[in-house]
Amino acid sequence: MLVNNGLVYLIALPLFGSALLLLAGRRADKWGHLFATAMSAMSFVLGAVQFYEMLGRDAENRAVTQKLFTWISVGSFNVDAGLLLDQLSICFVLLITGVGTLIHIYSIAYMDHDKDRRRFFAYLNLFIAAMLLLVMGDSYLNLYVGWEGVGLASYLLIGFWNQKPAYATASKKAFIANRVGDMGLSFAIMIAFATMGTVSFKGVKEAAEGSSQGALTAIGLMLLLAATGKSAQFPLQAWLGDAMAGPTPVSALIHAATMVTAGVYLITRSNFIFDAAPTAQLLVVIVGAITLLFGAIIGTAKDDIKKALAASTMSQIGYMVLATGLGPVGYAFAIMHLLTHGFFKAGMFLGAGSVMHGTGDEVNMRKFGGIRHFMPITFATFGLGYLAILGVPPFAGFYSKDKIIETAFYSGGIKGILIGSIALFGAALTAFYMTRVMILTFAGTPRYDINNPPHESSFLMLLPMGILAIGSVASGFLLARGEALVHWLEPLFHAHEGHGPEILPPVVISLMALGVVIIGASFAWFKYGRGPIADTAPTNVSIFTRIARRDLLQDDFNESVFMRPGQALTRLLVKTDDVVVDGAVRGVASATLGSGAALRTSQTGFVRSYAALIVIGAIALIAAIWAVTL
Amino acid sequence: MNPTNYLYISALLFTIGAIGVVVRRNAIVVFMCIELMLNAANLSFVTFARMNGNLDGQVVAFFTMVVAACEVVVGLAIIVTIYRSRRSASVDDASLLRR
Repeated sequence: MLVNNGLVYLIALPLFGSALLLLAGRRADKWGHLFATAMSAMSFVLGAVQFYEMLGRDAENRAVTQKLFTWISVGSFNVDAGLLLDQLSICFVLLITGVGTLIHIYSIAYMDHDKDRRRFFAYLNLFIAAMLLLVMGDSYLNLYVGWEGVGLASYLLIGFWNQKPAYATASKKAFIANRVGDMGLSFAIMIAFATMGTVSFKGVKEAAEGSSQGALTAIGLMLLLAATGKSAQFPLQAWLGDAMAGPTPVSALIHAATMVTAGVYLITRSNFIFDAAPTAQLLVVIVGAITLLFGAIIGTAKDDIKKALAASTMSQIGYMVLATGLGPVGYAFAIMHLLTHGFFKAGMFLGAGSVMHGTGDEVNMRKFGGIRHFMPITFATFGLGYLAILGVPPFAGFYSKDKIIETAFYSGGIKGILIGSIALFGAALTAFYMTRVMILTFAGTPRYDINNPPHESSFLMLLPMGILAIGSVASGFLLARGEALVHWLEPLFHAHEGHGPEILPPVVISLMALGVVIIGASFAWFKYGRGPIADTAPTNVSIFTRIARRDLLQDDFNESVFMRPGQALTRLLVKTDDVVVDGAVRGVASATLGSGAALRTSQTGFVRSYAALIVIGAIALIAAIWAVTL
Repeated sequence: MNPTNYLYISALLFTIGAIGVVVRRNAIVVFMCIELMLNAANLSFVTFARMNGNLDGQVVAFFTMVVAACEVVVGLAIIVTIYRSRRSASVDDASLLRR
């Protein structure tokens, strides 16, 4: 493999920016945001150069590596801190640095009034560096460092306004839910090392062929657990909605476009494990299918625009995970949906941020309405993202989501029909909740003080939204044209082993998908588009609506099954510590004191009583000796 | 004469001494009782030396005498000093080390 010693600068630049801004403190307040944006942009330029050089090489020689230093060397266990940039990593590198830079630019205006803007940009740069390390590490251990780094950055940014206790709690919730997943990743690494003796991607790939089914399944399940934590998949999905407490650019970058897709990256990167472990692969499909419905159902009931989009993110990542579970044919489509989703979802989040910015940080969609008249550009960019996520041709989502639905149908047998139908139903739900968001926000009559209307955002905010909107329109076509992305990624997967029988021609599936999208969208229009909207959520609703509003009881479940028993266990342990452990210590002390006090009474100070005791003792001794020898 | 009788006398003397130490309060009397016990032990040593036909016991008796002499010197000095400061030679009065 080719060696390129420039890879490290991709990560080093934003890392340096982050360190400088944090260490310089208030002195950097004036130029910190510009510096951080420049670091991110330079990283993007370096990534683009790498991509250009990669295009010039033939398929087998595209991957480049760099060894930074020997990290761990214990006996037969050797881990180098090394970087790997191949066809898969470069997709992520361009997405992370590209969308990341746009969001840096957006944040300059969005965070303009915040006195901690410099700290915000330091964390954003830290996130970019950690995420790049995640996708460029050449072993699971290096990936793990980045994995933890993005978790840290996510925690810091969700709780950026931690003066509000609810926001601080949300960041803790995200961190703890992620810890559960991180545990899975560390277990996967340990199992890989115990059974294969290596943790590098290359080594594990070679060792996977001769490994036992049990070990591969165990690694696969643990990797899936890690992916569910980071990507907010069932059953570790509960943190994503609360993560919207962070500033909106953070939601766009971390909790829509990049970090939450790390789970998809992990599964795709570990394709050699999942391909060899059908049980784990089946579970990946099940997790994806459950989550895509779960997120979509929550999305239909949310009045908070950011939480509706977060539920949508969860659902769309469910599609990606579903695709990765479909084997070699699915990986490329998962990545394609990931890239297009990165564009349109980040664009819509920035649009939501723009609306919030214009209305004085209002997030309740029932307090919006008719905003298209006041914010036409935001409406246009959001609308293009909306068409893209619905999968209307020729927008981006059409190419990526239809392929996933198609592949699901072709995966064979009852399973194929079942997951295909779920994916199709998910598309209908997507159309419903996104149309609902559009109507509540941009259409209808204003439900706010009309004398103080929302104002359109500044150029610095509109520019990234515009670029992302172009991406939402064109990226799908560019990636799908001549199966460009599929061929690009082909050397990594044992791709084109072909799929199951084509039970329906592709065009029929596309028409079906388009049909359910139209049904879903018109249903939303009938429900919300015709009459006036109440500016408070109606309370006389069915039990299903109430459950959906409560996030399908995910928090109630976690609280009753994990949190309260956990607290009870903690209390029990504290009690045990108090009574048993401390009791033993205190018991020894008081026993010593008590016996001392009791024995002290024998110390009378009278010589004669001592003498008497000596005599008695001597007599007793002699009697004992006599008794024994007799 | 049967040497065992000396041992009986020795035991008798020792018992008298021990009882004296326990029951009497006057430090001088207690002291004399201790001497009585030491001499009872000496008598036993000498008797055993005689019974076993060697001189070991007699040698030990000399050692005991030397130790007893030293003890008398130190003990009497203590008793006299206590008497001077407290105007009493009762051993029960000297119980200040109790606490």
